[in-house]
Amino acid sequence: MNALFQYISTVFKGIGTLLTGMKITGKYVFTPWKHVTQQYPENRETLKMFDRFRGEVIMTHSENNEHLCTGCGICEINCPNGSIEIISKMELTEEGKKKRAIDQHIYHLGMCTFCNLCIKACPTGAIVMGQNFEHAVWDRSKLTKVLNQPGSKIAQGVKE
Amino acid sequence: MGFNIYDFSGMTHNMHLWFSERMSPTATTIVEWTIIGVSYMLFVALFGLFLVYAERKVCAAFQQRLGPTRVGFWGLLQTIADFIKLLMKELIMPKSADRFLYNLAPFIVMIATFLAMAVLPFAKGLQTLDFDIGIFYVTAVSSVGVIGILLAGWSSNNKYSLIGAMRSGAQILSYELSVSLSLVTIIILAGSMQLSVIVESQRDSWFLFKGHIPSLIAFVIFLIAGTAETNRGPFDLAEAESELTAGFHTEYSGIKFAFFFLAEYINMFIVSAMAVTVFLGGWMPLHFGSFESFNVVMDFIPPLVWFFMKVLGVIFLIMWFKWTFPRLRVDQILTLEWKYLLPINLINIILMSLVVLTKFHL
Repeated sequence: MNALFQYISTVFKGIGTLLTGMKITGKYVFTPWKHVTQQYPENRETLKMFDRFRGEVIMTHSENNEHLCTGCGICEINCPNGSIEIISKMELTEEGKKKRAIDQHIYHLGMCTFCNLCIKACPTGAIVMGQNFEHAVWDRSKLTKVLNQPGSKIAQGVKE
Repeated sequence: MGFNIYDFSGMTHNMHLWFSERMSPTATTIVEWTIIGVSYMLFVALFGLFLVYAERKVCAAFQQRLGPTRVGFWGLLQTIADFIKLLMKELIMPKSADRFLYNLAPFIVMIATFLAMAVLPFAKGLQTLDFDIGIFYVTAVSSVGVIGILLAGWSSNNKYSLIGAMRSGAQILSYELSVSLSLVTIIILAGSMQLSVIVESQRDSWFLFKGHIPSLIAFVIFLIAGTAETNRGPFDLAEAESELTAGFHTEYSGIKFAFFFLAEYINMFIVSAMAVTVFLGGWMPLHFGSFESFNVVMDFIPPLVWFFMKVLGVIFLIMWFKWTFPRLRVDQILTLEWKYLLPINLINIILMSLVVLTKFHL
């Protein structure tokens, strides 16, 4: 008798679990406005990427064309596949001391794996991840970018 | 030729008269056969393509996607484009395959599908063959298809094909039992195996409601076993992609693959149409006993629309199964059939007999 009860209870338990699954998928199919697919080229104007999306490495510049990069080269050391090259130069400060500064922050987008290690390592927060993802170009050489804008200089009071 | 969307028997009769006046009896028969054959082929091609499109859209909705959207409005032309691509594909013959059986197999599967479709009542007077053993005929010819599947697996000279075909054979032979027994439950209630009589006797209330709990159990069992018999849904281990690449049709390409593909979807239609005809009143509108005005409004909708609405509803339910449940193992499939569905079915037949004997039904 006990076995019979067990048999019947397995049948009903099985039906119950099947209905639970169907309820979950039914919720998906009957709420079509919650679907996650986006119609990309159509929604290009309104498309906003997620905050943590890693599109490319960029260097932020203030309105006075000042950046935070000291040219220390820590990002270059931390890059696992050598997509960053730092070319630094020596500058004279007002006191007449020699000080290192960034000349060219070269970024090879074609080699980058967007691992975020350079941004984590940067002591001054000069480089961040940008949201742009449309990187297709006709020529490979266009993928090599200089991140610091021409004529820019380091902001006041940034220390290594 | 009078055209009445509520009753097609007058139209077919007038067509027969029109042909008979102009031709000899032999020519009339040949012309009528041709018309029926062409319309069935057109229906299979178009409805099969529509079902493939519907499956892709429904599957996408279950996975919170959009599905095909680019080819045509809402991607409506997607499956037509796919079909044109399939027609242009090269037909590949595997090395040392059994040439004759390899070419024969898709046609056997297709023929079984067409044979089963011949008795389906689409609307009043829109039924090609009206046997007095209609249900028995459907269960008989729908199991012919498994021969095609077994031949395809055997003749392909491929281990995946053979394993898939053997699994499919074991599965279909087991579940054929449940399908037949759940239909027997309804035959007891209806007192006839003729499909037109079964539909006609559901005028007042569908068999699903008429037979109370026994017919509800029979309906659920029929849906489960029917899904298994079409090698779909959670029972698709005959063509389990992760284990057997594509099962029995691994080696097929081009139009032969398209035959298997279309037959699979039309088989789903046949199972749904049988479920609708036997349990949900076929092309009969929904009637509730005493609501006269409601019944009149329901009568206003043509039977063809009723039939296809119900069929698409059942097809949606079967797709719901497929995109919700994970695939069963071989032992689980056989356990489900022999330890659960079969005993429940046999008890259900006794219950239904008691219901009919005591005239407890509506």
